[in-house]
Amino acid sequence: MAVEIQLQINGKSHHSKVEPRLLLVHYLRDTLGLTGTHIGCETSICGACTVLLDGKAVKSCTVLAVQASGGVITTIEGLAATWRSGGNGNGHGAANGGGSLHPVQEGFWECHGLQCGYCTPGMILSSVELLQSNPNPSESEIRNSISGNLCRCTGYQHIVKSVQYAAKKMRGRKG
Amino acid sequence: MIPASFDYHAPKSLEEALRLLERHGDEAKLLAGGHSLLPLMKLRLASPRFVIDIGRLRGMSYVKEESGVIAIGALTTHADVASSELLSQRCPLLVETALEIGDVQVRNRGTIGGSLAHNDPAADYPAAILALDAEIVAATSSGTRTIPAREFFVDMLTTQLKHGEILTQVRVPVMKPRTGGAYEKLFQPASGFAIVGVAALLTLGAGGKIESAAVGITGLGPKAFRAEGVEKALKGKKAGDDLFAEAAKHAPRGIEPLGDLHASSDYRREMAVVFTRRALARAAANASGKSA
Amino acid sequence: MVTAEAAPFVGRALKRKEDPRLIQGISHYVDDISLTGMLHAVFVRSPYAHARVRSVETSKAKVAPGVVAVMTGADLGSSIGMVPCAAQIPDMKAAPRPVLATDRVRFVGEAVAVVVAEDRYAARDAADLVEVDYEPLTPVVDPEKAIAKGAPVLFDQYSDNIAYRWELEGGDVKKAFEQADVVVRQRIVNQRVIPVAMETRGVLAEYKPGEKTLTIWSSTQIPHLLRTQLAAMLGTPEQFVRVITPEVGGGFGSKLNVYGEEALVGYLSTKLERPVKWIESRRENFQTAIHGRDQIDDIELALEKDGTVLGLRCKVIADLGAYYQLLTPLIPTLTGLMMCGSYKIPAARMEVIAVLTNKMSTDAYRGAGRPEATYLIERAMDLAAAELKMDPVEIRRKNFPKAKEFPYATPTGLIYDSADYQTCLNLMLKKSGYKKLREEQAKLRKQGRYMGIGVCTYVEICAMGPSSAMPAGGWESATVRIEPTGKVNILTGASPHGQGQETSFAQIGADVLGLDPEDVLITHGDTAVVPYGIGTFGSRGTAVGGTAAYKSLVKLREKLAQIAAFLAGAEPNDMVFQSRKIFSKSDPKKSVSFQDCVSAAYVAKTLPPGVDPGLDATTFFEPTNFTFPFGAHLCVVEVDAETGDVRVKKYLAVDDCGNVINPLLVDGQIHGGIVQALGQAMFEEAVYDEQGQLITGELTDYAIPRAGDMPWIETDRTVTPTPVNPLGVKGVGEAGTIGGTPCFANAVVDALAPFGVRHIDMPFKRERIWRLMNDGKLTHDGKRMRDEKRAAAPSPAGGAKRIASKPSKPTKPAKAKPAAKKSAKSRRAK
Repeated sequence: MAVEIQLQINGKSHHSKVEPRLLLVHYLRDTLGLTGTHIGCETSICGACTVLLDGKAVKSCTVLAVQASGGVITTIEGLAATWRSGGNGNGHGAANGGGSLHPVQEGFWECHGLQCGYCTPGMILSSVELLQSNPNPSESEIRNSISGNLCRCTGYQHIVKSVQYAAKKMRGRKG
Repeated sequence: MIPASFDYHAPKSLEEALRLLERHGDEAKLLAGGHSLLPLMKLRLASPRFVIDIGRLRGMSYVKEESGVIAIGALTTHADVASSELLSQRCPLLVETALEIGDVQVRNRGTIGGSLAHNDPAADYPAAILALDAEIVAATSSGTRTIPAREFFVDMLTTQLKHGEILTQVRVPVMKPRTGGAYEKLFQPASGFAIVGVAALLTLGAGGKIESAAVGITGLGPKAFRAEGVEKALKGKKAGDDLFAEAAKHAPRGIEPLGDLHASSDYRREMAVVFTRRALARAAANASGKSA
Repeated sequence: MVTAEAAPFVGRALKRKEDPRLIQGISHYVDDISLTGMLHAVFVRSPYAHARVRSVETSKAKVAPGVVAVMTGADLGSSIGMVPCAAQIPDMKAAPRPVLATDRVRFVGEAVAVVVAEDRYAARDAADLVEVDYEPLTPVVDPEKAIAKGAPVLFDQYSDNIAYRWELEGGDVKKAFEQADVVVRQRIVNQRVIPVAMETRGVLAEYKPGEKTLTIWSSTQIPHLLRTQLAAMLGTPEQFVRVITPEVGGGFGSKLNVYGEEALVGYLSTKLERPVKWIESRRENFQTAIHGRDQIDDIELALEKDGTVLGLRCKVIADLGAYYQLLTPLIPTLTGLMMCGSYKIPAARMEVIAVLTNKMSTDAYRGAGRPEATYLIERAMDLAAAELKMDPVEIRRKNFPKAKEFPYATPTGLIYDSADYQTCLNLMLKKSGYKKLREEQAKLRKQGRYMGIGVCTYVEICAMGPSSAMPAGGWESATVRIEPTGKVNILTGASPHGQGQETSFAQIGADVLGLDPEDVLITHGDTAVVPYGIGTFGSRGTAVGGTAAYKSLVKLREKLAQIAAFLAGAEPNDMVFQSRKIFSKSDPKKSVSFQDCVSAAYVAKTLPPGVDPGLDATTFFEPTNFTFPFGAHLCVVEVDAETGDVRVKKYLAVDDCGNVINPLLVDGQIHGGIVQALGQAMFEEAVYDEQGQLITGELTDYAIPRAGDMPWIETDRTVTPTPVNPLGVKGVGEAGTIGGTPCFANAVVDALAPFGVRHIDMPFKRERIWRLMNDGKLTHDGKRMRDEKRAAAPSPAGGAKRIASKPSKPTKPAKAKPAAKKSAKSRRAK
């Protein structure tokens, strides 16, 4: 009853045989050891498990691994590398080693956009999706676009600043 | 957090999906985006023996215009509805409604077909689908049938869809000239679902006279419904705040609103009035904005 | 504070050293750690709030695929000790809780059995195969009903559900109320809330049979206390137990505890001789990690006509839940200690009735007893201001102790260390444009718009604390080790979970030794590596833990100064530490590099006489008092009369937490605290139904603040250093949570003043507000609102208009029984 799946994750191709009920988040974490994607609830509310699937932010606890088969995934571990290789963080670039950060990661660091760090990977990936479609979001657009990601530590204000920082930086890069 | 085991089928065609559905009957569940079914399975409130993943079917995610009607494939995500250029030109009410569903991640996965087939009493789409007099297309192995929105929603979590049927398309009439729509929603603060959601659609004639009015309401009762009392009270009259306030009072008539942790029956009833008035006012503004 | 003479890092908004691993997803929380041969545990939990357990049938589960073991309470026997409680109140009833229930369950979620399997999916499947035969008993849910005669009793050995009675009195309360011109009274409910750290609890245990060592990775705020308790529970010599706290995804007090699961997972690993992991689901986290608050408070305030407060009296019914977790019984007493707030109240009395009910235990949720106290006094001050037609700012100002009166002794037995409440309040008023806001409010009211302005001037108790006042030690430890290569390692017992100690302690270390923060590593959260410590809670990390580190740093600085002076031919007390150099202040040419000096200490060939080799210093710092940070907050709201929706238009927090090590981190704590406070005030409520089912048991029903719900928060500071520690820092982790709730509440009540509203109980849900604003009005179809209100009974306390004050005649103390007064005085903390 195992099903074959194939995914491109952070620029690398993965073939696996999985139980159909295996959740994408467990596939990433337990099968592949990509533990940067976290689990915070079981009801698709908290957003800690957010990854980019074909460039779109999705809650990987509410996607079966088999559903994602054939897709291109970026997790927090691969964000900087795929972005630097010109893929804009949507998973289509090849990972070519790293060290540097995606501007959104940089923003979170510069602006103290995290405390315990648990919601941070999901929060960053949702912000990345926002900035792909809206390079200059207002405060309320930022707040709205991260409303599917809960943070219990920061009160969100420094997260808003972090995204604003990243937006500015990314606009500069394009210009 | 962990669903029970099931057998997984990923049919390559609609025909194959229908055959599978027929074969497994009650023991099978259709999976599209998974945002209604998977949470239930993870809490083991649903444990189907067979899951038929129609999410991989090709050609079922689209928005296109066909002679005055916008056809939306059942697998079109809320995000794709929300960002459809065609819909924002021809049926902005649906765009506005899609944007009110869940959050970004939910909109990226949840589908219009899945949401309508699930028929959660607090879902957003049904209000707009009803106000727009949309039609729902369902396929069986022997052909397709078209169900008017008003007949589609039967009861809480129950629709006209029969076993063996798959919702394939939603057909939404293009909004007429001088027509404005608005969706006004009171959120449940934890889940983001509607405590009350009101979709209003108004067509204004000369001198601001209301030529047609349609109001769909979700969240109030076990299923979304058309507020015909409101519509009747509006028709033929001149649009204005006093009229809207008066007409909105008809919104909860004949409904015994649900009461739960988040809102009592009384509160829901009164909010239906408030949000109907607000939706009407904004729909009228949108309508006149267009005609101007 | 002794610091480097130049380039000080303390006080600067440095970005955090811990962040690079967190923002790249390459850090490790418990569930990110996997060990070879690791098994997974899933618990079978009671669906009943109160039931006898007739039998637990595990045979089907035991033979399910992948299952390695299934255990019940009966299987465990007496292998594991009871869940520990460190707090003792005189004459407190025992409420023993076994790790797995044996004959009786007392709340929904209580563990009855555990299934261990090769993977989490198999364990979860098998848990459904465990069959438990329950005989349901009548649950006791409402604490007032629980203490009524004839209520079912949770523990058969007792005749009632009163866990304890506790009283605290200072000054002549009776006289104060006799002399009062005005008495305001109000029943105030501080509802039960749930901490909801984003990372749920999790435990991984690995027993090594050869070495006989048991290593426990747990998401905890208190690694050392946990180790001691686990050793005791498991009967394992403590030196064989090692607790490691990897990255911790938030605590807020919910991980300041010792849970049965932690011991049981350790036991399972020992028994099965394989690593065992348990990761809590969110549903379990709601049901079985500690809850917070849950008090019903009847407060009375006695005043003179001019607003001078003469006395305060409060009766508290505290719902402890079914059992005691680590500090459960202690929390309501903290409310007592802080009941006078930032006001000179000569006489105060609190009576606590602590009650056992069929719910999860309450314990130390961010603020722990002090938010309740602040909420009480800050609401009462507003009620008094309204009664006396005074501005809420003026009545507060009138009752502040003056700056020169500090240290200030409260009638509850505390000594407030240092403060200048006036200056802080003045800054808040100036920055907010308070007068203009009041003018705007008057204008909007005429237009039928409901703007409210809330003020809160809080004081809180931090830096917990002197050991004499703590259940299990209030000191903190730190070892500083300078490695032979000149790099510094600070090993702290104050294990953080998001507070940023790896950065703030590095700033302290860099300044004391004239280095860069990059040269200073902070090691924490491993009992095998770090000296015994207490932990991070009660806003103590920097004030107590940071001070311990600082003292160890100073010891090494003194030693290095001796060595450097010897090497450079200078005087030890003339040595300056700067830019990785140590040189003579009077003759800077006499200089040694920090590295050379450190090398000398290890090579040990050129040491001054009498100086030992090595650079290692440990301090156990015992503070002489708590610290008392304070602040003045202002909140502006607008209420939509049609829906009851409240929007926060402005929030200004002026806080004084003493000296600031890193302003970025302080702002982060303030923002997070305020939003958590607004969460309680606006939406959060743990709701148990009459059957004791937690109906807000998932994030789909229990709302915590989302980004879109929350305002932009402006912050500012005054700085009044504390004399209690050499850093002059007071602590800031809980300030926002303590000041924010009453500030918001006062704003909403102020907005609703035109409706005759004097008090509203939290959470300020839209429907509750809407009902108050529409009381007596007609509904859309012509019915009277009041009738419907009675039918729906929105507020359990029902207290919109309960204030009953008779300006001329003080009312007699209601049910206050002075019987236990004699013992009360001796029960005062400190």
